[in-house]
Amino acid sequence: MSALEKNAPQKSDLLPESLRDDFPILSGDVLDGHPLVFLDNAASTQRPRQVIDAICRVYERDYSNVHRGIHTLSERSTEQYEQAREKVRALIGAEHVEEIVFTQGTTASINLVAQSWGGANLKPGDEILLTAMEHHSNLVPWQQIASKTGAVLRHVPITETGLLDIATLDQLLGPRTRLVALTSVSNTLGTINPISTIAAQAHAVGALVLVDAAQSVPHQPTNVRTMGADFMAFSGHKMLGPSGIGVLYGKRELLDAMPPFMGGGSMIQEVGLESFTPAALPAKFEAGTPPIVPAIAMSAAIDYLSGIGLDAIHRHQQALVKRAYQGLSQITGLRILGPAPEHRAGLVSFAFEKIHAHEFAQVLNDQFGVAVRAGHHCTQPLHATLGITASTRASFYLYNRLADIDRLLEGVAAVQAKFAPQGRRRKARGG
Amino acid sequence: MDQEELYQEHILDHYEDPFHRGTLEAATHAHQEKNPLCGDVVRIELELDAQGKICDLYFTGEGCVISQASASMLLEQMHGKTIDDLKQFSADDMLQLYGPRLTPNRQKCCLLSWKVLQSVVHSPVDGAS
Ligand SMILES: Cc1ncc(COP(=O)(O)O)c(C=O)c1O
Repeated sequence: MSALEKNAPQKSDLLPESLRDDFPILSGDVLDGHPLVFLDNAASTQRPRQVIDAICRVYERDYSNVHRGIHTLSERSTEQYEQAREKVRALIGAEHVEEIVFTQGTTASINLVAQSWGGANLKPGDEILLTAMEHHSNLVPWQQIASKTGAVLRHVPITETGLLDIATLDQLLGPRTRLVALTSVSNTLGTINPISTIAAQAHAVGALVLVDAAQSVPHQPTNVRTMGADFMAFSGHKMLGPSGIGVLYGKRELLDAMPPFMGGGSMIQEVGLESFTPAALPAKFEAGTPPIVPAIAMSAAIDYLSGIGLDAIHRHQQALVKRAYQGLSQITGLRILGPAPEHRAGLVSFAFEKIHAHEFAQVLNDQFGVAVRAGHHCTQPLHATLGITASTRASFYLYNRLADIDRLLEGVAAVQAKFAPQGRRRKARGG
Repeated sequence: MDQEELYQEHILDHYEDPFHRGTLEAATHAHQEKNPLCGDVVRIELELDAQGKICDLYFTGEGCVISQASASMLLEQMHGKTIDDLKQFSADDMLQLYGPRLTPNRQKCCLLSWKVLQSVVHSPVDGAS
């Protein structure tokens, strides 16, 4: 028995392949000849028929602006939009439905907290603790507010194996730390971070905790209260929903105390020519016409995910990532970024010393129908820490199967053969 | 997918055995740029004489086959030419020199060295006469 077979995933860990039939893009001939092997799910996922149908249904039968009209369609839209909020609350175990603010996505949610909470609370010398593995969207908003307020940014380093070096927390956390903002799952390393442990340490020094949960809410069960999150951000498009919708969770007393971020319609109680009184939560943070249909479609996505079970989805992806990790580790010259499978979510990034990530993405696409991401995945500082400028990332979801991983491995081997140095000589130019 | 081979033999030849990869002691001009999308870097150093002739030019860089092979092809093409030739050499000319048709994102890889070369004449090296 080979090592691969011995560690072969249990059948019971895998979801039935029949669920792929729910995803039109997976069965359509979208690549002119190749079956699609979609392994770019950390960037954005595909949609099941149920979500696509929900979008059509709203536009065909129920659509109107929300919170405005007395007419039937406005009532229907409003009711479904507010039901979506309740679905989100239940999904993440929040206490109150008004703790759920709809935004455009993770990036918008983090910017909201940085500008509103940060603008009102940060003083010169206050510290915000980030980590070395953050997505640009959990770095740049803090850099912006820090330069405005005189707050100081600090960063938790990573260990050799790609875990957060939480031994450093004792030194990094202190009376000046106002906020710890960190990702629950690294979109590049795949590392699953021990949020509740870190949150407990942060709270012990009086700091708040913001969790960038863009890569965890779609893939595993989430409970904001057991995690110890004071704020949490995630995106609909990474969990089978549409783009243009995301969530900011915030503890009620925190959101209540924060000034509004954007001004406009919907977010007001009363407006005069000179001043306004803000509306109550969550409307206070939802200025303007919100992403109505995306929110309703995201709730259809939540129904779909809950129907399968986030525990089961997590187990399925653990089986996939284990297979990918084992397969990739047998390839000489390939460096897997990040920790062993037991510490990682369903993605794996790798780099070759001699072959650029673009070559992998290009040939995997053109010759194998495999969609992967090549580049820095919006984590330039992390890539710099790792001493590389780019990597190739394969990221999985519930509709991927072991055969997809095998196709990936086959493609990687082909790229390696194609671009191995061969002692080529450039032909001299004639004339 | 039925499409043109992006990595044609002569391109791989340029990648593995590039024209004038290195630095230029006598450089009068030098410039470097990075493709923010993927981090590919190309630096070009060149020596211009008083008549505006490119006496010599070298490149260094890091990145994918397309960005590095295209730099080699471009330098080979421009060696011994004048500033005017260089200014007339358009982005389309560069894509044609490369050969296989590229998608918009890969065009950026191919045009990186071309952009650097267009800017290099505006970046004199400190202390160069
Ligand atoms: C960890 C992480 N944070 C934040 C984001 C940004 O999400 P969005 O682009 O949906 O705002 C992403 C995805 O790109 C991510 O992977």
